[in-house]
Amino acid sequence: MQDDKIKKLEERFEARIAADEKIEPRDWMPEKYRKTHIRQMSQHAHSEIVGMLPEGNWISRAPSLRRKVALLAKVQDEAGHGLYLYSACETLGISREELFEQLHTGKAKYSSIFNYPTLTWADMGAIGWLVDGAAIINQVPLCSTSYGPYARAMVRVCKEESFHQRQGFEIMMTLANGSPEQKEMAQDALNRWWWPSLMMLGPTDAESVHTAQSMKWKLKRKTNDELRQQFIDQTVPQADLLGLTIPDPELKWNEERGHYDFGPIDWDEFWQVVKGHGPCNKERLGARVKAWEEGQWVRDAAVAYAEKQSNERSLKREETVIQSKAS
Amino acid sequence: MKDQLYQYILGIADNSLILGQRLGQLCGHGPSLEVDIACTNISLDLFGQVRSYYQYAAKLAGGDASEDSIAFLRKEREYRNVLLVEQPNTDFAYIITRGFLFDVYHELFLERLMHSKDETLAAIAAKSIKEVRYHRSFSSEWMKRMGAGTEESHRRVQDAVDSLWRYTKEFFQPTEAEKAMAEAGIGVDTSSFKATYDQHIAEVLQEATIVVPTSPYFQRGGKEGVHTEHLGYLLSDMQYMQRTYPNMNW
Repeated sequence: MQDDKIKKLEERFEARIAADEKIEPRDWMPEKYRKTHIRQMSQHAHSEIVGMLPEGNWISRAPSLRRKVALLAKVQDEAGHGLYLYSACETLGISREELFEQLHTGKAKYSSIFNYPTLTWADMGAIGWLVDGAAIINQVPLCSTSYGPYARAMVRVCKEESFHQRQGFEIMMTLANGSPEQKEMAQDALNRWWWPSLMMLGPTDAESVHTAQSMKWKLKRKTNDELRQQFIDQTVPQADLLGLTIPDPELKWNEERGHYDFGPIDWDEFWQVVKGHGPCNKERLGARVKAWEEGQWVRDAAVAYAEKQSNERSLKREETVIQSKAS
Repeated sequence: MKDQLYQYILGIADNSLILGQRLGQLCGHGPSLEVDIACTNISLDLFGQVRSYYQYAAKLAGGDASEDSIAFLRKEREYRNVLLVEQPNTDFAYIITRGFLFDVYHELFLERLMHSKDETLAAIAAKSIKEVRYHRSFSSEWMKRMGAGTEESHRRVQDAVDSLWRYTKEFFQPTEAEKAMAEAGIGVDTSSFKATYDQHIAEVLQEATIVVPTSPYFQRGGKEGVHTEHLGYLLSDMQYMQRTYPNMNW
């Protein structure tokens, strides 16, 4: 009887998603749907706040006031994205503290791209252009995903990301049209960020464990390999426009397929970084844990103060009641 | 006169530049996401003000001067900020206390600069005051939270107040440029609001249950370009790109 009832609920749930209805926090949902969404949304939120670190690394050294302000604002946008994504995640019945705990203990993942170092100013351009570019390709389909709070957060995130991407491209353009040293800096950044950006779109379809289920729930509309191809096709002409060379000798337009062919991706490197052994995994996680631990007394103070204020208010209310009864 | 106005503008703008730079270093490392965003906002406001002031100063200086040459290509002894704003981000109590002691001054200063005979300065002040009111309110609220929060937060914020107090008198010790500009009705006579400043600070500290320091020993020198050892490191970081790759567009 109980099983029948659940089966019916599930059928109705799947039918709603198929009909493009949004699932809202108070609606019934299968446990697996809830867990998958917590996993993906929190991973996304963690990527935003860990992603603040490699770019934050250049705020103090930005080469002009205009660039400094734009970079600060960009990194602040990432914090904002983190905030709405954590909030959207909380609607599924998990607290921000629990989510941070999962990040800090390594239970939850974040995008591996942020485990690469930012070594020159040109990396600020390359990250905006390539990393945000790949992120947009991943994220635009999520604006129409089935879970309402996630879809709505993504609409705003995508608008800001596309602004960041243009900003990154504009940094690259300035460098590419600049002095020989600046052009060299831009090429070097492209060389270092190209392959990790391709890896950002996820493992090949053959190795992607969540694809089928995610497609059904509209957490995904295209497979990782399709998205990767889309990213490459879109980015190659942009590199041409910049006069920079993509570091792949096998990259070539394939007339028959209507797509670019490209060389093999080093998946060993991908898995090494995912498993925690990239160039900056320890530093990135270390910085998050340090900020959280050093902020503990600050958060405690805020809670203690709020409690005292609320106690004082109730005391005053009570005094007023007693006085009015006495009079 | 023009040179004194130029020096006077740098004196105002350098405070925002150096404090903005300090707060920018925190981005991504705050005690919570909300506080992180707020500190970045304040930093952004300050840099926005800096750009308006330096663009004006560059126009006065003429030649090749630009907002960036003024921001990035001076020597340490040529920066005119008060010592307070260059003090390091020791912990969150120091960050907020440094902000609070500056913000109260900054608001009172801008309220007066809004009436400057110099239209550009008056306009920048009128735009900035709205931002700075928020900064003062943010730092004052945190002073209260920390002071009246837990034993640890109280101890930390009292320590920060005791340590940074020695940098608070410099605001009210005028340089030659400040005196000349105040007399010309362009600048602000800061001594005119010292008592108001002390009163505002005392009110918040009292509510925060923080003891107002009574030490009679103060430090000065920033306005004449004689800084603490912290500034050189901040500048070598900030100026790195412009020094390493001179004469390029970014």
